[in-house]
Amino acid sequence: MWQTLFDELKDQNFTIITVAMDADIEAARPHIEAASPDYISLIDRDHRVAGLYNMVNVPEAVWIDEAGQIVRPPEIAGTYDTVKSRDKITREVPAEEQAKRDTARQVYQDAIRDWVKNGAQSRHVFSPEEAKARLNVPDEAVAAAHANFQLGQFLLRQGKPAAAQPLFEEARRLHPESWTIWRETEEKNEAGLAAGPGFWARIDALGEKKFYNTVDMEGMPG
Amino acid sequence: MVWLLSDTGVREVAASTEGGGLWLSPEDMAAATGWEMKPEGLCQGEVCVPVPAGRTEEFAAGGKINAAAFWRHMGWPVAHGDNGVAWLLGEGADARRSALESLDAPDFTLPDLAGVEHSLSAQRGKKVFLATWASW
Repeated sequence: MWQTLFDELKDQNFTIITVAMDADIEAARPHIEAASPDYISLIDRDHRVAGLYNMVNVPEAVWIDEAGQIVRPPEIAGTYDTVKSRDKITREVPAEEQAKRDTARQVYQDAIRDWVKNGAQSRHVFSPEEAKARLNVPDEAVAAAHANFQLGQFLLRQGKPAAAQPLFEEARRLHPESWTIWRETEEKNEAGLAAGPGFWARIDALGEKKFYNTVDMEGMPG
Repeated sequence: MVWLLSDTGVREVAASTEGGGLWLSPEDMAAATGWEMKPEGLCQGEVCVPVPAGRTEEFAAGGKINAAAFWRHMGWPVAHGDNGVAWLLGEGADARRSALESLDAPDFTLPDLAGVEHSLSAQRGKKVFLATWASW
């Protein structure tokens, strides 16, 4: 998904790292092979990056400057919440919502271009104070959820799904806002998606909250 | 034997898990966590945490250290499963919060599809757009 942007910007002291939150490397493989990216494309079986950066869904992104400083904290990576607008039966996204998603992608990628061109002067780069104010930091329950999830993944790889299950249940209980933990540990359909009735029940339970939070960026559909 | 996962990796150690504890030899404790029992308390480098008064037996007995009790005392995550055969001593939320609030992008090392490991910090000097996704 990021290859075109990478090709355009790679010679301007810019790079892309993608991280697949996939416990099963083989589930990620066909997607990576189809995209055939030239940027670094990693597999995170234990969702370590989600733990370190306190991420709760995919796709999320972080902008990191040349000195290794976060200039935009984790946020939804240029998409828009069309999930809740899907038709209850067909799961199709209405055209106007689809258009908003396309706009969100365009606005976000243009912002990355602006950052690459203007660096710290880019209007999309936050000052340290602004960046800190936008950080979501983990509490003890979230850290414990990731610990349980990680140990569960270890047991799965040892061929002990029954022993892993209580740890996954504990991880979900401790961190109910995490979609990464929930979807990873949910039963997948034939397309490899955790999109069964449980998923849609969770979406319905969001109420006014969003599946994808709006990115704090001028021109972004709200 | 017990599987012990920590920031330093995965190791199989001799341990007793009586009473919901994880009793390790001082050598295993130091290797897995970097914490050692000293007269001042449990220490990692220059940092020492005194053992709470009157509770020494919860943390150290019979030449063993209760790693789980210490971790819980610090408010850090302890996970265990498979009937006490697998344990994880995780990084605390306090450390993760202060790491994020420093705005130094937390480093990680992960493999690509070919199994080659890459670290975020190796890209220092470039702007990095770090993006997650998943198959599910």
